Amino acid sequence: MTAGERATAPGKPNTGRTATADAAQDADRTGGSSLLRVADLSVRIAGLHILQGVSFEVASSGVTVLLGRNGVGKSTTLRAILGLTPRNGAATGSVRLGGEEILGRPTHALVKAGLGFVPEDRCVFAGLTVAENLRLAERTDTPDYDLVFGLFPELSKRAKQRAGSLSGGQQQMLSLGRVLLNPNKLLLIDEPTKGLAPKVVTEVAEALERAAQAVPVLLVEQNLAVVRRLAGDAVVIAAGQVAWTGPGERLLADPALTKSLLAVNAAGGH
Amino acid sequence: MSTIVLMTVTGLGLAALYFLVASGLSLVFGLADVLNFAHGLFLSVGAYATWWAAGNLPGAGSDGWGFVLAVLFGVVAGTVVAALVELVMIRPLYSRTIEQVLVTVGLSLAGVAALQAGFGADPRPFPRPSWTQQVVTLAGARVPLDRLLLIVAALVVLGLLLAFLRWTRYGLIIRAGVENREMVTALGIDVRKAFTLVFAIGGAAAALAGALSGVYFGSVSPTSGASLLIFAFIVVVIGGMGSVLGSAVAAVAVGLLQQFVNYYGTSGAGDICVVALLAVVLLWRPAGLAGKAATA
Repeated sequence: MTAGERATAPGKPNTGRTATADAAQDADRTGGSSLLRVADLSVRIAGLHILQGVSFEVASSGVTVLLGRNGVGKSTTLRAILGLTPRNGAATGSVRLGGEEILGRPTHALVKAGLGFVPEDRCVFAGLTVAENLRLAERTDTPDYDLVFGLFPELSKRAKQRAGSLSGGQQQMLSLGRVLLNPNKLLLIDEPTKGLAPKVVTEVAEALERAAQAVPVLLVEQNLAVVRRLAGDAVVIAAGQVAWTGPGERLLADPALTKSLLAVNAAGGH
Repeated sequence: MSTIVLMTVTGLGLAALYFLVASGLSLVFGLADVLNFAHGLFLSVGAYATWWAAGNLPGAGSDGWGFVLAVLFGVVAGTVVAALVELVMIRPLYSRTIEQVLVTVGLSLAGVAALQAGFGADPRPFPRPSWTQQVVTLAGARVPLDRLLLIVAALVVLGLLLAFLRWTRYGLIIRAGVENREMVTALGIDVRKAFTLVFAIGGAAAALAGALSGVYFGSVSPTSGASLLIFAFIVVVIGGMGSVLGSAVAAVAVGLLQQFVNYYGTSGAGDICVVALLAVVLLWRPAGLAGKAATA
């Protein structure tokens, strides 16, 4: 193990501070590279303790990937950051964006402040056209349609088509396009390649790669080929706690570690 | 033949009233998930405000532009009351469904009691423009003009609502919010403003229904809102929660069925048939005729 990574045994309480976290906190205090700092984040939903003191940081550039097996709390983490914890749940701890505490603030205010969200399963408005879905997402007087239609020309061609009649890949493009219309400080993207054909996965990964050049991304992703292509830092969650943090390429270069944390074969891609 | 035409027009007039009440109710439920049992109160407020304005408001009266002004006053009163109810009583309870139901049921009962205290429990004669009591011959049937007034008013409201939903930013937010309210919020939109707006729109339409029901029935009473609300709920469920067009289609079906069965069968059988229609639609299409969508 190096100074840039730290493993935490799954199932044991995570005290929240890691070597990377401490270093990033110091860097942030001095105007360094940490944009989002999640500290001791716990989420209870319907009596279940889904997240149990999760702490990690997101760099101010590139892609930070949240990894973990199904059901460990990756999506819950994104949703808690954005204030989307369900009514029968509660989130505690601290989430600081650029040094400002944001946990508990209304979701719409956080999005206006620059947190762009692409949910799992796309959540396009099926009864609205592609153009209406995009128009609804506009948050400025000068939405960047050039960027969106440059990345996804298909959306321009299908502007009058109802979003519900699009393929899964096209819906994902629309879901990404909605956030890329606006200036963002950070994108929270939840499993953008889930259920997509390999060719579309490549297109989406290319779009994410290009988007990440302009804005940092916190990405939940299960497809290790995409992770390998995009990831800067990686945060592995297991049983509601952070089990490992460090450079993504280091995690994927260690098949034994990958298999123990994610139960997949890193060499196999997905 | 003339009887069928008269029954059809009368049924459509009744359908117009149901639609005016149901359209707002449907949008409120579809967008905000609020089962608003106080919606009938907005109708009563509109009816009583129109009645009061026709007799007391300078420039208003029971005929001509004076009556238009009186109705406008009633609609504004219903709109303001609906918006206030949302802001003061419903907004703090958006995450508490049971309390919401209790508050709206309590408000509907308190509203009826307040109207009884203020204006008495007996029906009051409603100031109807004289021309609404005239008849025209339509396909051999002598049709009272008040029925046609109701139908035209409902068609205008339907057109305005559809245009609002189709062409305005808030209409877009409401259509999207009916599908997935959380995702609208996740696009940076404060959906609570849309909640207030749909309450206000619903209150306006219900208040107009109140004024027009006064013209149709010739009187206004504290309980008129509650009795129309029952059928409006049935219309909303049959049409599909959140669907304005679904409400319009369902209102026509309910109004015509009720009218024809009550006329050709036993009086009161029409109401039973409406409940039977509700059961059939729920078994056939549990989400209603239009499913959950704001326009179709």
